[in-house]
Amino acid sequence: MSGFFLIVTIALIYLVIFQIARASEYVGVLKGEDIMRKQSNRINGFLLIAFLVLGLIGVWYCNELFAKKTLFAHDSASVEGERVDSMFMWTLGITGVVFFITQILLFWFAFKYQEKEGKKAVHFAHSNKLELIWTAVPAIALTVLVIIGLRNWFHFTKEAPADAVVVEITGKQFNWIYRYPGKDKVLGKTYYKEISDKNNNPLGQIWSDNANHDDVIETSEMHIPVGVPVKLIINSRDVVHDVGLNHFRMKMDAVPGIPTTLWFTPKYTTKQMREKLNDPEFVYEIACDQMCGPGHFSMRGVIVVEEMGEYKVWLATRKPNYWTAFPDKNPFIKPAVTDTVATKAATTEVKTIDNKVAKN
Amino acid sequence: MSNEAVLQAHSTAGHAGHHEHHHHESFITKYIFSQDHKMISKQFLVTGIIWAILGGLMSVLFRLQLGYPNETFPFLEDLLGKWAKGGKLNPEFYYALVTMHGTVLVFFVLTAGLSGTFSNLLIPLQCGARDMASPFLNMLSYWFFFISSIIMLASFFIETGAASGGWTSYPPLSAIGDFSEGSKAGMDFWLISMALFIVSALLGGLNYIATVLNMRTKGLSMTKLPLTIWAFFFTAVLGVLSFPVLLSGAILLLFDRHLGTSFYLSDIFVSKTQTALPNEGGSAILFQHLFWFLGHPEVYIILLPAMGMASEIISTNSRKPIFGYMAMVGSMFAICILAFLVWAHHMFVTGLNPFLGAFFVLLTLLIAVPSAIKVFNWLTTLWKGNIRFTPAMLFAIGFVSLFISGGLTGIYLGNSALDYQLHDTYFVVAHFHIVMGVASMFGMFAGIYHWYPKMFGRHLNNTLGYIHFWITIVGAYLIFWPMHYQGLAGAPRRYYDISNWHFLKGFDGLNQFISTVALIVFAIQLLFVFNYFFSMYKGRRVTTKNPWGSNTLEWTTPISPGHGNWPGEIPEVHRWAYDYSKDGRDFIPQTEPIGANESGHH
Repeated sequence: MSGFFLIVTIALIYLVIFQIARASEYVGVLKGEDIMRKQSNRINGFLLIAFLVLGLIGVWYCNELFAKKTLFAHDSASVEGERVDSMFMWTLGITGVVFFITQILLFWFAFKYQEKEGKKAVHFAHSNKLELIWTAVPAIALTVLVIIGLRNWFHFTKEAPADAVVVEITGKQFNWIYRYPGKDKVLGKTYYKEISDKNNNPLGQIWSDNANHDDVIETSEMHIPVGVPVKLIINSRDVVHDVGLNHFRMKMDAVPGIPTTLWFTPKYTTKQMREKLNDPEFVYEIACDQMCGPGHFSMRGVIVVEEMGEYKVWLATRKPNYWTAFPDKNPFIKPAVTDTVATKAATTEVKTIDNKVAKN
Repeated sequence: MSNEAVLQAHSTAGHAGHHEHHHHESFITKYIFSQDHKMISKQFLVTGIIWAILGGLMSVLFRLQLGYPNETFPFLEDLLGKWAKGGKLNPEFYYALVTMHGTVLVFFVLTAGLSGTFSNLLIPLQCGARDMASPFLNMLSYWFFFISSIIMLASFFIETGAASGGWTSYPPLSAIGDFSEGSKAGMDFWLISMALFIVSALLGGLNYIATVLNMRTKGLSMTKLPLTIWAFFFTAVLGVLSFPVLLSGAILLLFDRHLGTSFYLSDIFVSKTQTALPNEGGSAILFQHLFWFLGHPEVYIILLPAMGMASEIISTNSRKPIFGYMAMVGSMFAICILAFLVWAHHMFVTGLNPFLGAFFVLLTLLIAVPSAIKVFNWLTTLWKGNIRFTPAMLFAIGFVSLFISGGLTGIYLGNSALDYQLHDTYFVVAHFHIVMGVASMFGMFAGIYHWYPKMFGRHLNNTLGYIHFWITIVGAYLIFWPMHYQGLAGAPRRYYDISNWHFLKGFDGLNQFISTVALIVFAIQLLFVFNYFFSMYKGRRVTTKNPWGSNTLEWTTPISPGHGNWPGEIPEVHRWAYDYSKDGRDFIPQTEPIGANESGHH
């Protein structure tokens, strides 16, 4: 019923607007087109200058409302991201000046030079000097921005420091899988045809490569230490995803078949961020930033940044995925009495994991 | 010389046969399979308007989801059936709407509807030609577009729904049906429709180029052309050189989908079926290169006609010559060249070689220079003018304002080190909607209001025009300005629901606000559509040949020109199109010979 009233109201509004418009056209015909044009010219001239003034107030008001909700309200959570912040402010300064000057001139000129009785426009078609100025000035400003930008760009994309903590992150519809290289600090080889969720091999680790035997796989959270460079090796199992790290000010696509990398140095642990933002529920989130299917909006990852000591303890208590895939290889589980028992144990574990995967 | 011969032949031999020709026109040859460029232009425009309504409606539907993610709207289920069970859009359909909104607006409305309409209408009229170089190919161009749009529309009615991988349709998502419902038959429809659309764009573009180069009337050298024609010419060149690349991209994608090739596919495991696909060695990034090699010139294909028309309209209504004509042409030329050299700025974070990325940063920011020249030249054209605020003029001023606002944010995104943070956030959405979407739409509205008298011999209702303008510009800024802030908060594009994300808390109110304004702006566009069709039959009649006091050739034709445009000989051109307020005269048409005592002329 309310829908019906809504439609009727809209139709009535249309009708009223239409009748006013028709009437004004008849008035125009009666008064003469010229008089009508001059009248509407004055109204629109006034509206243009009003739009400028209200628009500038609106720009200020919008900033009041929302600036504090942006990421730039707090400093970057990574050392590298500080460069993004300062570059953003430089760009904002330069474009801001241009924005205000040009918009004010546009609406001011339109208002000031509106058609007036007996006034003539100036025939002014060309000026080399002026055109040279407004070619050169933007060119110089842009050169500055390009130089700042490229210096930062090469810094972001250079090889990660050799002592960086390495984590592999792999996207799949619609979650993330993290892999750590274990004690040998080498990530074992993978091949996508070896992937099998059923056999606890979500990344297709090649078991004949010994480097794989101590690699740890996590699906719930990524843990990284604070204060040291962290290098992410980014993969995808199916479609193009994107590792969006908003608080660290960077992102990189995950492309099947083409590994990419990204590195940064976290400045604050999750705990410190909670205090800093006065937000006890704060977590670092990984947002998928590349359209990846119907669950794109829910492809969320969580990063826990902690002190190096905590991180080391956490990693040391993880079980290599090799042991999950082959429980009989786990030295901490007593050798099974008979083969059948071992197989049973393995299958039940697989089942519980399967259920977990299904639930996710 | 050959020009001359063609024109003379037309006007002497053609004149006698002219009236005869009219009598033979049946309904079908006049309104459906017409070869008259003016009718074809109206066909493009009306089809474009229908698509704009559909595309706009799609955005209203998905804005409903974004603004009110926790509410249900039972009427949606009545309307959409299984795609909105319980009155809530399902994610598949939401993404189909997003995808189609982009595709439809970019290609069908702002390419076919904008450049198709006005290139067709104005190139022969402002160049002084009786029709296009090939009226038959011109007709085919429209009908390929028509078939393409029918196929695109049909994809909504198949069981698995329309394509839903975003208007960019990146593989592997778009290549494999198991990854999304929309990647099943819907994607084939999308690809076939796009292929036909490209055929249409090429037939049109080649025709525009041939006509501008060969069929200008006597005395109309290239440097005397109005800026509109220059803009359409560059647009056509861009289209002809870049659309074939998208065609190849689309065809390779069809091969990957159906013939087992691996152009774009490698190392893919399908979780749903727990199978590893056999494809190895392809590159998903290759498609992105092919796509953006068209995709970036495409934004200039959309923008240049709007720039050209805004220049013409601003000059006419300021009663002043366009400032820096040669700089305007030169900057369009520069934009046209640079448009081909910046495509990878859409791909900074795909793992593209950073060294290569650096060149694309440089070239991308370089485009800001010709853009800045254009803005300053428009401002100087207004300066000390005697401005008449027709609805067309207001939309042209609005175009400049939006072009400034949206163009400046391009400087952020074109700089890879900032794109590192801003890529694929709402900041990008705000940027391209303002600079390409709304600005070009404003150019299109300006064009419609300005040339409507030439199209139909009647005026659009002015008051409705003013209401349309003011609500649209205020609405456009209210919708897209705050989106920058969402983007700076990191909100990613194409999220169906943000309620699970901690870092996106606190934008619910804003999302509702934006959705409400979008609804109002959409409603006001319907008022414009009404004005358009109503005025066709009941609008105020045009009483003079030249209602705006304009210099260009189209205003020397009869109020409602027949097929062939000029009843007698085609007029000769003696001067450029911008002699306004010169030597104390309000305007001097291009057809008037240079006087003996005239001050310096162009």
